[in-house]
Amino acid sequence: MNVRLAKALAAVLVAGLLVGGCAPATAPSSGGGDDKTTGTLRVWLFDEPNRAPKQRVIDEAVAEFTAAHREVTVDVQYLAVQTRSERFRGAFNDPASAPDVVEFGNTDLPEYVAAGGLADLGADVDGWAEGKDLGPDLRASATTDGKLYGVPWYLGVRALYYRTDVFAELGLTPPTSQEQLVAAARKIRAAKPDLFGLAVGGKYTFAALPFVWDAGGDIAATSGDRYTAAINSPQSRAGIKAYTDLIKPDNCPPQQCADLTGGKTVELFASGKAGMAILGNFNRTAVEAGAAKGKYAVVPLPGTTPGSIAPAFAGGNNLGIMKNTQRRTLAADFLKLLASKKYQQQMYDAMGNLPTLTSARTELAGKEPFLRPFLDTIAAGTRFVPLHPGWGKIDAQAVIPTMLEKIVTGQATVEQATDEAATAITAALAQ
Amino acid sequence: MSTASTALAEPRSGVRPAPAGRRTRLRMRRRTPLWLLIPAAAVLLPLFVYPIYQLGLLSVLDFRQAQVSGGQPTRFVGLDNYLTLLRDGKFWSVLLATVGFAAACVAATLAVGAALAVLLTRVSRWPGYALSLAAMAAWAAPAITGSTVWMFLFDANLGLVNQVLGLDGHNWTYDRYSTFALVGAAVVWHSFPFVMVTLYAGIRAIPEQMLEAAALDGASHWRSFWQIVVPMIRPLLVIVVIQSIIWDFKVFTQIYVMTGGGGIAGQNLTLNVYAYQQAFAASEYGLGSAIGVVMMLILLVVTLLYLRALRRGGEPL
Repeated sequence: MNVRLAKALAAVLVAGLLVGGCAPATAPSSGGGDDKTTGTLRVWLFDEPNRAPKQRVIDEAVAEFTAAHREVTVDVQYLAVQTRSERFRGAFNDPASAPDVVEFGNTDLPEYVAAGGLADLGADVDGWAEGKDLGPDLRASATTDGKLYGVPWYLGVRALYYRTDVFAELGLTPPTSQEQLVAAARKIRAAKPDLFGLAVGGKYTFAALPFVWDAGGDIAATSGDRYTAAINSPQSRAGIKAYTDLIKPDNCPPQQCADLTGGKTVELFASGKAGMAILGNFNRTAVEAGAAKGKYAVVPLPGTTPGSIAPAFAGGNNLGIMKNTQRRTLAADFLKLLASKKYQQQMYDAMGNLPTLTSARTELAGKEPFLRPFLDTIAAGTRFVPLHPGWGKIDAQAVIPTMLEKIVTGQATVEQATDEAATAITAALAQ
Repeated sequence: MSTASTALAEPRSGVRPAPAGRRTRLRMRRRTPLWLLIPAAAVLLPLFVYPIYQLGLLSVLDFRQAQVSGGQPTRFVGLDNYLTLLRDGKFWSVLLATVGFAAACVAATLAVGAALAVLLTRVSRWPGYALSLAAMAAWAAPAITGSTVWMFLFDANLGLVNQVLGLDGHNWTYDRYSTFALVGAAVVWHSFPFVMVTLYAGIRAIPEQMLEAAALDGASHWRSFWQIVVPMIRPLLVIVVIQSIIWDFKVFTQIYVMTGGGGIAGQNLTLNVYAYQQAFAASEYGLGSAIGVVMMLILLVVTLLYLRALRRGGEPL
């Protein structure tokens, strides 16, 4: 008995190893396909540090939606931004527990598309009256291989915040060229050694990129559908040199600024430790909560040519539909409702999120002077990171921060560091 | 058949069974230990062998997010992942840093833990409680909380340490070695209580008379520590050393939190953080598994060498 039991046990174990062990787990590929018109529509949105106002807008949208679709309930979940990639991977791997409508960061799009997770929304948006109001720049930021996989929901762009009291005291005027920007930064640091002139950091990729783009460089260049790194082109190098030259003792000493992230820059400016900083429209609440409240103003980040605006990174979030959804039509209807002008405006009122619909932005510009520099920056043209699943890898491996930090700390010259980064970028974009 | 084994096989009843039956019974007896291992195997095989098998399997595949979610077919790439790793100069420098960092942390943890364990046996009741309580609190603090608090203390502009020392604006995580020292201190702070408590229990178990006899013979505290206490708690020392090596070699949280994912230009990366950053965060599961296999082999070799050295030293475990 004992022997037989043990033998059986061993056999089960061995069989388990053989069957389960042959291949690593791969999700079953199912095409979704079903189009139910009843049941529960599952929605994943991002959680926010202060979620209540966002939730109020969403609840209103859900109420409006369920009033029109009597047999549908909407289940909204708020995901923590930090763990989003695990949750999304989980959803791709197990379609049964995946949501129908999702909010996601626009830089994550190519990775999700490559994972086969998102549905093509081209037809839905073409047949939607308000969809024509999306600018071509924005549509392009959600398009890969000619297909539209997301509807841009809101935008975030960065501009130059500066301290009005410091500028007045030192007789400075808001800079309109990069040369003036650098001069003002050094003057502030020289006159007030406890302040950073312009707070910039080695880990703040999205503050460095406008300098690269303004100099005519880019992260990578496309030829056909192939990407090759362009971060080591002469133009890119000029931009990187301009940025890293700011991380010097006469503005922002490497000792303190080499490892600054974007978030830390916000803290420094808000707590009154910096004369200027490159922050987004979405950082307004944080700045208002600090010592800098009431003592700052915003202008577009100037480019090298006097009077020009350095191209900003078009950050923001998209709404999308999961490929495996069983309620394709309902999901599209709910997505269009959330992305409509009405709710985009409400989201601006609640969260300060810049609308993606051109007409909604134009209306806002009229009534909100704070937004002017950001809207001017958008109007001057925004740029984007390579729309390729490899971007996620470049970001995760900290290729650009490592490059900046090597230059700033003197571990490598601009040439060496950019060549090294270019190798990593080309490798990541080759897959 | 020797007398000894006959005696062993002799049934208690004293009735001599037929030779054929005796052989079968003998075989059964010899197998008994194997049967007794089955419950342990039933737990260990699925929990350890299977994951390690999967790790090994993934390390010879081209396995990224697209393959996990079934977007692209999985491809066998042989030893490509390992070759990529071995040809990567960064991997070697990170490996070297990890070994050095772990060795320093192990030495410091043992020194601090042992010193405080001895101290604990000497002090009176209330200071002893206070010390134990402080150590337990450090032990109980989750690594992520502890690391974050350490960073608050050592913050360049607003940290308590800089304010007390009058070093406003000094960034402790700028220089590579200063960063490793700071993170190492946090690691030691987290792991010395285990060493302290284990060794304290070991020292307490030593009969008082032996130390007393040594004292009467004129041995100093120092000498009786090295010649009586250390040999007697040797088995415990083996355990804490191996534990510490494994913990400190695999340190992740402290480095990840305190250096913002590897320090300036990745100068403070350790192997675990490197594997996470290069492989798992970047969805390169195949490459990440290869790093995992390499780490496992290194730890296995270290542990085996250490066990062997100890056996040679005479004391059986």
